[in-house]
Amino acid sequence: MYYFDHAASTPPHDEVIRTIAEVMAKHYANPSSLHRSGHEAGNLLERARSVIASAFRGTEPREWRFTSGGTESNNIAITGAARAYSKRGKHIITTAVEHPSVYDTCLALEREGFSVTILPVDSEGVVQVEALEQALTDETILVSVMHVNNETGAVQPIREIGSLLKHRRSTVFHVDGVQSVGKVPIDLQGCGIDLFSASAHKVNGPRGAGLLYVREGIVLEPLYHGGSQERGQRPGTENVAGIVAAAKAFRMAIESQPERTERMYALREQLLACIAEIPELIMNGSMDHTAGSAAPNIVNFSYPGMKPEVIVHMLEQHRILASTKSACSSKSDDPSRVLLAMGASRERASSGIRISFGDEHGATELEWLCQMLRMVVQKLKPLERKE
Amino acid sequence: MNPDMILIRFGEYTIKGKNRGMFEKRMLQQVKRAVASYTSVHIRQTFGRIYLELNGEPYAEIAARLKDIFGIASFSPIRKITSELEEIRRTAVEVMQSLPKQPATFKVAVKRVDKQFPHDTQELNHLVGGHVLHAFPGLKVNVREPEVELRIEIQPEGTYVFSEVVPAAGGYPYGTNGKAVLLLSGGIDSPVAGYMAMRQGLELEAIHFHSYPFTSEKAKEKVIDLVRRLSHYSGVPIKLHLVSFTEIQTALAQTEHNSLIITLMRRSMLRIATQLAEKVNALGIVSGDSLGQVASQTLSSMNVIGRTTDLPLLRPLLTMDKNEIIRIARQIDTFETSILPYEDCCTLFVPKSPSTNPNLAIAMQCEDSIVNLNEMIAEAVATTEVMKLSPEKPSVAQTTEEDHWF
Repeated sequence: MYYFDHAASTPPHDEVIRTIAEVMAKHYANPSSLHRSGHEAGNLLERARSVIASAFRGTEPREWRFTSGGTESNNIAITGAARAYSKRGKHIITTAVEHPSVYDTCLALEREGFSVTILPVDSEGVVQVEALEQALTDETILVSVMHVNNETGAVQPIREIGSLLKHRRSTVFHVDGVQSVGKVPIDLQGCGIDLFSASAHKVNGPRGAGLLYVREGIVLEPLYHGGSQERGQRPGTENVAGIVAAAKAFRMAIESQPERTERMYALREQLLACIAEIPELIMNGSMDHTAGSAAPNIVNFSYPGMKPEVIVHMLEQHRILASTKSACSSKSDDPSRVLLAMGASRERASSGIRISFGDEHGATELEWLCQMLRMVVQKLKPLERKE
Repeated sequence: MNPDMILIRFGEYTIKGKNRGMFEKRMLQQVKRAVASYTSVHIRQTFGRIYLELNGEPYAEIAARLKDIFGIASFSPIRKITSELEEIRRTAVEVMQSLPKQPATFKVAVKRVDKQFPHDTQELNHLVGGHVLHAFPGLKVNVREPEVELRIEIQPEGTYVFSEVVPAAGGYPYGTNGKAVLLLSGGIDSPVAGYMAMRQGLELEAIHFHSYPFTSEKAKEKVIDLVRRLSHYSGVPIKLHLVSFTEIQTALAQTEHNSLIITLMRRSMLRIATQLAEKVNALGIVSGDSLGQVASQTLSSMNVIGRTTDLPLLRPLLTMDKNEIIRIARQIDTFETSILPYEDCCTLFVPKSPSTNPNLAIAMQCEDSIVNLNEMIAEAVATTEVMKLSPEKPSVAQTTEEDHWF
């Protein structure tokens, strides 16, 4: 099987699977229990926190919370910060291309009485820092911008936004880094990030384990109650085995990031060249990664006039697994909100295909994918829907 | 500004009299240890000062380390340049630009050690001062009380330009004023007392009383963490003596005078601490007592408790108020650990109304009623567990099996 859906989820490392099994078998005690076994489980959690803190350089163990994944981290960060700081103001800024766990959370806050500015993006899917600057008001308490887009791989100017917000002490800066960890360099301190979400299953770790970075001094109102775990911000018995394995996966992903990034960009170039040769396909997003606006491992293109699921299913017959838009919303028929925001026509936004690759892929796998793409398009061409 | 060097200044008392050599040697060791991981840094010592040549190593990280070393009064980031007028003028402006806050007034202070330099001190004052004034509209010269003193030292090997003076921990180098033991409970006060004592040049060994199963293992770990944190400031490992207090505590709890129990416990603790101090050649006992804070810290209680030891009882926090203590605890980063909610060995036995005015005679009577109290004290001293702790936290998990999970 050629698994080209890494942006949706990644195959866990063998070591990760082994860690889960071993920790699960041995450390089943509740880490909050008073007895020695509980204490040992608790120690493992703290060790995982230290591993995470040293992997994300410049952060402290106490600044990390364990969650169930990216969606929960985003919800706790955005709703938690908005409610905690609502006395300062009620204005939130986000972008049109955010993951639903950010976008829909902001819309939900709007119904609670917050005002939300949704920033547009350019044709490559990138937010303009000037637009953000203009949108800021004295009431702005939260800015939430993703690092790498999950559908197109567009990289947002996090550093520039961070330096813009640096002197606005009343504005909290949240970054959804779910797609960026292990793919592009991350410098939480240097970018002035207050809150940062990550998910283990995007870095060959277990599903159901995520991280939320909460910079020292930032207050979050908890979304649910029932315990003092994770400083009361994410109560509930911790998933010890998942967290230990997640720490391992994050550490490995960050350590190997520079080498991976370089390798992936070469594969991206190869795929871009192939798409360029097929006239029916149009690239969505940046063609030139050297400007820093494209992640190395996600490529999105459209076949206007063709339902994208047809392509996905045909590729699958040849053992290639790809996606339409984000996995979270791929079952709906609507055009992609992200592609529409980039100025794509309804037809183009309804026919996006996402290819995302990982460590197991090389030039050979990409070549096979290209061959299959050519073949599929050739077969489908007579069936194109003419407007 | 990207400094090329750091000038480190010591408190004046450190370079006085016969002790000077010892102080300077100790400071050099401390600084060496603090910058050991920055291999390109070159250290140079002159009279009462140390110069660090950074050779590209990061200033901010090294500055953060220097700030915590006792005995360093202040330091300055320095630009080292060639002794040429244009270069001096340009650098002067850069140094002024890099100040955290732009001042309203300044003066130039020139020190011309290299007499070959063509302009004399007076001329240079004008040549550089005028140039800086030009570059910062609104800036004025004030020779008496300038907000910023822009210093230019023309030395044979080059010119040093600097203005910022960063205050550091101050005090005396660790261990230059003798050794004491520290009673460390795990609360907010005692680590702060330890820090203050260390800053005054005392070498410390910490003593913690635990009474498992009345207290939890976590309470012990909390104290271990606090000692690790303190050892960040000593620069060398600190010993922690863990004393089992269960048996004594249980015996004391069974005496009739319930309101005296805290007094009695403190008296026994001091006896143990005194014996341990003698064992390790310490000449004093440091505690986190703060006058009137709790029943055992009234003057009357301190009188009854203190009579059990001949060693000086050192109480750096005695007259401080709680907010001030908390401020220091936050500053030295022990607060978060201190407030972790694990009971210490007193909480379980704390009476409903502890005596604030205990009677010495009754306390002694109670102790006499416990026949084997002295044996139990000797036993507690003999079975003390000693740990040597340094800032780096070793992996909490012990087996190599756990290593490969991460």
